[in-house]
Amino acid sequence: MKATGETPSGVLDRRVRRSPAVQLWRWGILLGLLILWEAGARLGWIDGFYFSSPAQILQTAVVKWQQGNLWADIVYTGASTLLGFVLGTVAGSAVGLVFWFSRRVALVSEPYLIVLNALPKLALAPVLVILFGIGFPSKVVLAFLMTVVTAAISAYGGVRSVDPALETLMFSLGAGRLRVFSHVVVPSAMPWIISGLRVNIALSMAGAIVGEFIASDRGLGRMIVYAGTTFDLKLVWVGVVVLSLLSIVMYGSVVLLEKALGKRWSAQRT
Amino acid sequence: MSGLSKVEVQGVTKAFGDVEGTVPALERISFQVPAGGFTSLLGPSGCGKSTLFNIIAGLMRPDRGDVLLDGRSVIGKPGQVGYMLQKDLLLPWRSIQDNIILGARLRHVPVKDALTQARALMERYGLKGFEKRKPHELSGGMRQRAALLRTLLTEREVLLLDEPFGALDALTRLQLQLGLTDVWQTFRKTILLVTHDVEEAIFLSDEILVLSRRPGRVRRQLTVPLPRPRTVDMLASPEVMGLKKELLELLLKEEGSANESNG
Repeated sequence: MKATGETPSGVLDRRVRRSPAVQLWRWGILLGLLILWEAGARLGWIDGFYFSSPAQILQTAVVKWQQGNLWADIVYTGASTLLGFVLGTVAGSAVGLVFWFSRRVALVSEPYLIVLNALPKLALAPVLVILFGIGFPSKVVLAFLMTVVTAAISAYGGVRSVDPALETLMFSLGAGRLRVFSHVVVPSAMPWIISGLRVNIALSMAGAIVGEFIASDRGLGRMIVYAGTTFDLKLVWVGVVVLSLLSIVMYGSVVLLEKALGKRWSAQRT
Repeated sequence: MSGLSKVEVQGVTKAFGDVEGTVPALERISFQVPAGGFTSLLGPSGCGKSTLFNIIAGLMRPDRGDVLLDGRSVIGKPGQVGYMLQKDLLLPWRSIQDNIILGARLRHVPVKDALTQARALMERYGLKGFEKRKPHELSGGMRQRAALLRTLLTEREVLLLDEPFGALDALTRLQLQLGLTDVWQTFRKTILLVTHDVEEAIFLSDEILVLSRRPGRVRRQLTVPLPRPRTVDMLASPEVMGLKKELLELLLKEEGSANESNG
């Protein structure tokens, strides 16, 4: 007998999800939209100068790729996004978790967290570029700032959700505060931290791109801005499509990471 | 073995402060439990039973009074007694066996030794085959059994059980009560049980302390006149019926007096 915690509707949902009909519809609609776009541009329904067309975008991308710049730009933007995301998540989660040790520190810090969270960090981009230069570091810092506060808030939420009876139990077993922290608080907060990852990877990428918009000599964001100022709208579209693909890849990786972590730190309590 | 009692609670008094003054929780509670004894604390809800346990477990300081374990004060020194609560409090991300050895691990017992011990206990108390399962895969009764084994593996001589079977159905509860009796006799533990179930108190204990409503005081202390080992038929004997009636009346009177003073 194995209780998987799966509801009948959950089973149904999964079966429908994997059914060929659903897959067919999903890809079919995408293909239909692409054909409509291409046809619209060729038949003059939409202005090809502004909206380009899938074929033209693909052609421009291939040329760009052959010149060797595209891959370098992808790596540049991807690296600053990832680095900012990892640093921000680790640092933010650490701050949120440490609040467990002092209720007073946590209560004093709470309003600051809220204000920092509300602060539009992207507005700081010009200052950061001046502080850290037009190179890689300013992009990482912006991506970091985008993620660190939300990560701290997630982790702190997790800390507050810890069952006080579990803490009592651990203390009664003779555990010190550090042991209670590592055995109960961190694992209890893990689902909260994990649930923040999806949001944070998108925020981090937004930070990296805006950093490149402001001032940069590399990256997909810079490529888009450059193409825009030279009215090379085909290249702008290449940038948008490539960024979307990069974003999907990163999001997908985070979802996989979530699944792996989620299995380890299962929050199922029945 | 000396003639000293295992646990000695001496005039423990505790009040909780809030904005509108203090609320007394316990008032001059004194009693003793002999080594290997089984004592139940019976009382209406809100009589400060859990507060008393937190004090005996060294997790909370009393305003006055002392708690001695083998003649030495345990105030402010947690980790000296096994403590089991109504919720199983198994860590959901750990397997059952890893939960059971948690206390042993905190005392730096090598994993291998702890696991050997745990597996033997799990086999004996009906958890064989569930070693690597996660808590959510087990029934409530099995989880509570695992929690009992975890408490047992702390290797403390005194176990505090705070309504450990309160959330279980009658049959599962009876099974666990029998398991607990077996644990108590096999491992020669000294047990203090908090319960609001009169029958449970009679069935399990040597002595019963009836506590009053807030502030908790010892209203009555009585010995259960039943031989060991206890059997289920004893629950229907006239002695038990008489005792049950007496205890229920006491408890009802407590609830009643509280209602008057509240009303």
